[in-house]
Amino acid sequence: MVENRPWLNILAHAVLIAGVLVVAFPVYIAFIASTHGPNDFMSGLIPLWPGSHMVANYSTILSTGISTSGAPPMKLMLWNSFVMAMMIAVGKIAISILSAFAIVYFRFPGRMIAFWMIFITLMLPVEVRIFPTFKVVADLGMLNSYAGLSIPLIASATATFLFRQVFMTIPTELMEAARIDGAGPMKFFRDILIPLSRTNMAALFVILFIYGWNQYLWPLLVTTDSSYQTVVTGIKRMADVADAEPQWNFVMTAVVLAMLPPVAVVIFMQRLFVKGLVETEK
Amino acid sequence: MSDNRTVFGAKLLPYFLLFPQLAVTAIFFLWPAGQAVWQSFLRQDAFGLKTLFVGLANYRALFQDPDYLNSLQVTLVFAISVTVLSLGVALILALAVDRMIRSATVYTTLLVWPYAVAPAIAGIMWWFMFNPSIGLFPYMLAMVGYHWDHSLKAGDAMILVVIAAAWKQISYNFLFFVAGLQAIPASLREAAAIDGAGPVKRFWSITLPMLSPTTFFLMVVNVVYAMFDTFAVIHATTQGGPAQATDILVYKVYDDGFIGHNLGSSAAQSVVLMAIVIVLTVAQFRWVERRVQY
Repeated sequence: MVENRPWLNILAHAVLIAGVLVVAFPVYIAFIASTHGPNDFMSGLIPLWPGSHMVANYSTILSTGISTSGAPPMKLMLWNSFVMAMMIAVGKIAISILSAFAIVYFRFPGRMIAFWMIFITLMLPVEVRIFPTFKVVADLGMLNSYAGLSIPLIASATATFLFRQVFMTIPTELMEAARIDGAGPMKFFRDILIPLSRTNMAALFVILFIYGWNQYLWPLLVTTDSSYQTVVTGIKRMADVADAEPQWNFVMTAVVLAMLPPVAVVIFMQRLFVKGLVETEK
Repeated sequence: MSDNRTVFGAKLLPYFLLFPQLAVTAIFFLWPAGQAVWQSFLRQDAFGLKTLFVGLANYRALFQDPDYLNSLQVTLVFAISVTVLSLGVALILALAVDRMIRSATVYTTLLVWPYAVAPAIAGIMWWFMFNPSIGLFPYMLAMVGYHWDHSLKAGDAMILVVIAAAWKQISYNFLFFVAGLQAIPASLREAAAIDGAGPVKRFWSITLPMLSPTTFFLMVVNVVYAMFDTFAVIHATTQGGPAQATDILVYKVYDDGFIGHNLGSSAAQSVVLMAIVIVLTVAQFRWVERRVQY
């Protein structure tokens, strides 16, 4: 702040409060809807104040789900999403840190080719190669499996570049000292590189967990068996009823439950989240 | 890459280290992408019995197809609207937070969490609020005499998906704008203030030009987001309708290939999309290079 202008401060606070309200409003409405019974959505206006069906809605959705839409219980879908998000986050970090280690600490024929192959993945999001990728996964028999949900997504140029960046800032003296002391490459990797890049890994993990949890197109394609359905695609199926209004109270209960884990991660690990976000965009 | 750091001498180990990443890349990225390019030159008959090499015919058909041209136009309108709306709101909020001293972290926490909400879920929440029969906004709009119906009116549907997609992106832009504002040296603004420039003048002649690298970067990121990551918003709400008013390119690829089984056309569309991503990625990396220099 350069100079003291009280009216500008008041304006700034007003803008921010309005911003916070606008940002939070849809979630408030979703939460309120999740506390009402089905009859409150028949006509008139959606409810704006809490109702009395909260416990009933949440326990129904978690334990049995909506039978009419053929969706499995929410706890199963939450578990599927969790497994998929964890496998994607851990998998991406693991294979990327290994590739970055190879690219920074070794010289070998084909190094540049490997580097460019990894780079190209940046330019090939699932959306531009939907059908052929689906076909590969189907041919490998990976439809309706956790492997099919996660492995095709775990190549990561961003994570590889991030670790490469981190390794480049580690002084070479450390590596020379390790070599003089007789440490082989894997010992150096385990005892020096991994501890030194721990915060980067944690920051990356936060971003990748959210990325994995929120996947939509890919789970939509590879899960035809509803027992492998993830929450985000499952909600869509609940909301999609032919010729009728969806059961809004249940749909919004599912919305709140599906949002909770990633939002909690952002709020409680805000520092790591911001670090991860800024680092992965370099 | 060409630095003189000392390296380990192992010959085979680096290949083992790279193997998982390269295997996934080759099997699930490069091979399918190659298939898409190859398929874009082929055409199958209606029963899938015969496949013909047709050269560029699929592309020619694509750019003469009114549906595809419509989809291009819809995508353009959608991407620009989402980018302008989310960048504008985020910039205003970032400017306001930049004035705060003690409350900045609290406001930041309250503004960043929508980043974690899945696009599909953002879509469904706004779809609910705009529900023509019971939603809050149609109710309010009816009071001023406007009949909202996104299942029939093209404009309403577009507004709905733009709001849902932009809402989710505000937090991301906000964080980068705040970082950009903090990087502007206070001495510049102080000097301008001493010379008699008011807040508005300082914004236009110092803050905005100094933010231009951040703005450019965010524009590219937001266009990529609007073009590719919003598939879920469209699929979960309007499904491209009404009458293809929200049929963005990624949705059309999916719809033509997966639902319509028109493989040649879908593959050609994929290749066009790849070209767009490549251009955008290059633009983004140019920005990184420029920023590193100064």
